[in-house]
Order: sequence, then structure tokens, then C-alpha cells
Amino acid sequence: MPCKKCQTNPVIYYPGNNVKLCKSCFTKYFEKKALKTIRGFNLINKKDKIGVAVSGGKDSLTTLYILNKLAKKRKNLNIIAILIDEGIKGYRNFTIKDAQKFCKEHKIKLKIFSYKKEFDYTLDQMVKRLNKKPCSICGVFRRLLLNKKARELGVNKLATGHNLDDEAQSILMNQFKRNTSTSMRMGPKTGVEKHNLFIPRIKPLYLLTEKEVMTYAFLKGFNIKYTNCPYAPEAFRNNVRDLLNKLEEKHPGSKHGLIQSFLEILPLLKSNYISDKKIKLCSQCQEPSSKETCQSCETLKLLKQKHLNISFTSD
Amino acid sequence: MKVFIEHLNKEVDITAKNVKELLNKLKINPGTVIVVRNNELIIEETELDSKDKITIMNVISGG
Repeated sequence: MPCKKCQTNPVIYYPGNNVKLCKSCFTKYFEKKALKTIRGFNLINKKDKIGVAVSGGKDSLTTLYILNKLAKKRKNLNIIAILIDEGIKGYRNFTIKDAQKFCKEHKIKLKIFSYKKEFDYTLDQMVKRLNKKPCSICGVFRRLLLNKKARELGVNKLATGHNLDDEAQSILMNQFKRNTSTSMRMGPKTGVEKHNLFIPRIKPLYLLTEKEVMTYAFLKGFNIKYTNCPYAPEAFRNNVRDLLNKLEEKHPGSKHGLIQSFLEILPLLKSNYISDKKIKLCSQCQEPSSKETCQSCETLKLLKQKHLNISFTSD
Repeated sequence: MKVFIEHLNKEVDITAKNVKELLNKLKINPGTVIVVRNNELIIEETELDSKDKITIMNVISGG
């Protein structure tokens, strides 16, 4: 059966409502939905300078493409791509090349910042020295660096490539782990506390599924070869992802239902939020922190101590 | 037909009348992949030929 709208070969099938869309209809639908998300949640205002956090993967490149397309129509909107090079051998060096190629092709300014240059250690070196989960080490430094560099670049919003699947997984993970305070900070526009040093984050692909993003990226000819971060296997997220995908196969629309009901309760969660931790400035790096010394400075201190211990031992 | 499963870097030889049956035989959830034939996307109901060369690409982000 051909595309419901224009009678040509379909590229995607929606089992929930038995709809098939061809390349042209799907592309229009996808872009319209991303723009509707941007407008509906008031993600972008006139004269915004948006930093798009890119990894070189399908989600971030699609976000960058959509926002760049919008910037071509809106003269006052500025886009810049920001890539964080954590220093993951055999992975990030490849995706950096993909991002560089993409930005060159689409004439988008790209800024690359590395852990090695900013913190003296690559993530690989940090993981070797610290007895902590790689993703939790990485998350601390990535958040800090993105926020700091965005500010230095004059960016007033940071866009990320999070899609509906990522969000549905995070909602469930937070529920299962009773992380209510983390749930409050989620949604298409993140952050519950405003601070002039915090750059708000926006997610234009919030209502689009991973399959839709992949379909769009393929149809647009983006380089989307399969790459996997060697530190990625996070057992809990993988289990939640499998659970949701199985549920979605048997009961189409479950993921959308989860997202929509979360969006309905999110304002209630936020209105009940009472912070017992005032935002301070870290005594070491002067970045916003809930403690006297921020987590990244604490981790760096630990890294340096371990470094010294290793040096003494080897002497 | 020859089917290349990209995320597993594995090629299998298999027969199936359509994409739905193919994914079912390979125990792959249709919501987690896109299926490509001659550089074009095909969907669950698309009929397959024994001479087809198919690529299955995982939609899950790699971190």
C-alpha cells in the first residue's frame, strides 16, 4: 500500500494508526513536528544565539541541520556547533571527523574543546585513575565544559539532540530510582533553577522517536554509520530501553503516552520544587555549584592526588 | 537473500517473503531498525526477492 497522502513508495510505517509515509511527506512531517516543538514549548526567541552540542551522531547532526535551516529563514538567529572531545580512543576521533565534514558542507561554525586541553587528562586517563563509572565522570566534565564554553562564546541557549526515546527512558529510570529532583529538571527546556551563569538547554527533537530521527538522517544523506562509545553500555538504561521497545511493539503509542503524561505533571513537579541547596560559586573555578567546591574540581583534585601517588610509587 | 546487520557487523543468508517476516525470523524489533534495499528505505509490508541485498541499520544511539 503506498503513502497515504501522495500514493508513492513509503519509507516509514506507523503501526499504531496504520499510516505509511513516502520520503517527501515524511520529511515535511518531521520538520513540521520539530518546528512545532520549538514553537509550542517556546524553545527559541528572536536574536537567540544557539550553541548546538554535537557528537557527530545522527541525533545531534539532525538537530544542527534543523536549527541551521531555521536560522537561514530568521536573520537574527545565530547557530554555532560545539563539540566536546572527551578523549576516547578509537571512538571520538572518528565522530569528530564526521562532525567537521558535516559543518564544512553546511557552512556551520564548529568549535571543539577537549578534556585534555581544559583539564589535563583525557577521559581514558581519568577512567584508568579513578574507581568511578566512566559515564558519571564524563557527565560532570561535559556539563561543565559545555556550559562554560557556551557562555564564553556568547551563546544564550544550548540545543541537544535528545529524542523521544531518550526522554522516555530517562523518565522511567528516574521513576524506578526515585530521582524526583532529576525528573523536575527534564522536559523540552531543561532547568528548574535560573542562574545567570547557567545556559538553558533545549531539545528540538523531544517529540520525535529515534526511528524517525534515523529515517530523516538517512533520507538527508547524513553520514550515519554505526559507532558505539566503548563506555556506553549502561546496563540499567539498556534494560529500560528494551522494556519500552517491547511494550511499544505490543502497544503502539506507549512511549508517546508516557512523554505526554510526564509533560502534564511536569509543571506540578516544578511548582513543588523547594531547593534546600542554594547555588554558590565554586571556590576553585568560580563556576556555579551546590557545594563549596564543585564536583569537577573535586574530581580533578582526586586525579592529581592519584597522579602523585603513581609517580611516587614508580620512583 | 543476503542480509547485512550493520550493528552486529554480520551477514546472514535467509529467506523471507517480506520485511516483517525477515525481522521476525531474525528476532529484531521493527521499531529499533531501518531496513535498506538499493539505498532505499523499505517498510514491513515490502515484498522481498531472493536476489535482494538488504542492510539492517540499528536506530539506537551509540552514546
